[in-house]
Amino acid sequence: MSDPLIRLDGVSKSFALPGGGRFDAVSELSLSVQAGEILGLIGKSGAGKSTLLRLINLLERPDAGRVQVGGRDLTAMNPAELRRERQRLGMIFQQFNLLQNATAAENVAFPLRLHAGRSRREIAERVEECLSLVGLADKADHHPAQLSGGQKQRVAIARALAPQPDVLLCDEPTSALDAETTRELLATLAGINARLGVTIVIVTHELEVVQTLCRRAAVIAQGRLVETFDVADASRHARSPLGLELVRLQQQAARLAALEASARETSQVIASIGRREVRHA
Amino acid sequence: MLENLVELLPEIGLALGQTALMLGIGLSAAVLLGGPLGVLLFLLSPGQSLSGHRGAAIAHRLIDAVVNTVRSFPFIILLVALVPLTRVVAGTSIGPLAAAVPLSFAAIPYFARLVEQCLREVPRGVIEAAQAMGASETQIVLRVLVREARAGLVGALTVLAISFLSYSAVAGVVGGGGIGDLAIRYGYYRFQTDVMVLTVAILVALVQLIQFTGHRIARRLDKR
Repeated sequence: MSDPLIRLDGVSKSFALPGGGRFDAVSELSLSVQAGEILGLIGKSGAGKSTLLRLINLLERPDAGRVQVGGRDLTAMNPAELRRERQRLGMIFQQFNLLQNATAAENVAFPLRLHAGRSRREIAERVEECLSLVGLADKADHHPAQLSGGQKQRVAIARALAPQPDVLLCDEPTSALDAETTRELLATLAGINARLGVTIVIVTHELEVVQTLCRRAAVIAQGRLVETFDVADASRHARSPLGLELVRLQQQAARLAALEASARETSQVIASIGRREVRHA
Repeated sequence: MLENLVELLPEIGLALGQTALMLGIGLSAAVLLGGPLGVLLFLLSPGQSLSGHRGAAIAHRLIDAVVNTVRSFPFIILLVALVPLTRVVAGTSIGPLAAAVPLSFAAIPYFARLVEQCLREVPRGVIEAAQAMGASETQIVLRVLVREARAGLVGALTVLAISFLSYSAVAGVVGGGGIGDLAIRYGYYRFQTDVMVLTVAILVALVQLIQFTGHRIARRLDKR
């Protein structure tokens, strides 16, 4: 296997508790992500999956361990280097986190204007390109308040993709959205991975999201990596409670599909019998 | 009865100019010095981006205490207590320019506190998103915090302007001049009720104007 794009080596992160003492959100965890894959981080709330995601772009600085992206050690960088490097790591959030007092286009332009070296025209072109990519070219001049939840998350995706990152980090991106919008958004993410080759790491507590989008899943519990497995092979490899739950979900889906297929068959048979009787009559 | 007023018309014009001068200087000082101070206060507060630096907690407590101390002075006491400083800065302790010194002194921590409160309204996630995109500290302040809080900041400036319109009246005590001073000297000391009514009416109109303008600008800026 080639060198992984993202490599966490024994990272730990603990937080001070208000009442004194510390809470270990992530404990000596190692994890690799290959270029081009879609990895789902799953776990119960408080398992440390969000902290783990935020360790990848150093929104949380690890107490111990190393974070490498594309062979470069983020933990060893000075602040200016880290700021530049973050252009390669796009991120989207549950609450979208768009600038409310800026239009969709201004939001997408935001990361491009932070770093020197892009002309006004380049920025305008890239903004248009990214908004078209998520199907919102006609909403460029709308403010977030005028957009639906799904549209806001699309703007956030366009914003994250604007600097042409290698990685898209997604922190519960569909948790604030309804089922229909979630499906559409997952299709958009899958398309981005397929067409642009952007590696996706997504934190979610919804197993359906893993089932629909992810190629590989990592189960996190109490700040530790319990297991990783290919989603397609879950039934053979998953051992953890959450992994087995995913397997049950897959079996359910398979049963449902089989049921639907037989229902279709039955109705075809009934229809053909009906036609025959009409002919005989 | 109107003779008093006609006689005073030139004085009223002059007083309006003095009030405008005092407010102008006081509010400029508030924005230019109190604004950054408020931003600093916000960034140093627990959980914000500068709070991780060494000495941040002490710096925050210190600035916080200074802001509270200045704000706890009754303005008239501050006015008198600052006379030595006023002499140094303005060269005199009498007149609107001199009165602008204690006004500015009081306005700076007042505005700093208002700014800090406004910035707290900006959702934490939006700041984090900017950090994740590689924004520097300065870029976050100018392009995220100020932008997202701009309607609130205009509102804060409006509140400040109205408070200091009445503070400027107190400045009459040190011969600061202005509309309020006129009300006290003619309306109160000389029992010229018509002058009193007129000056109060002018102040009421001014407050309405400031509030109306501030509110309109804030509403136009707010796209949330």
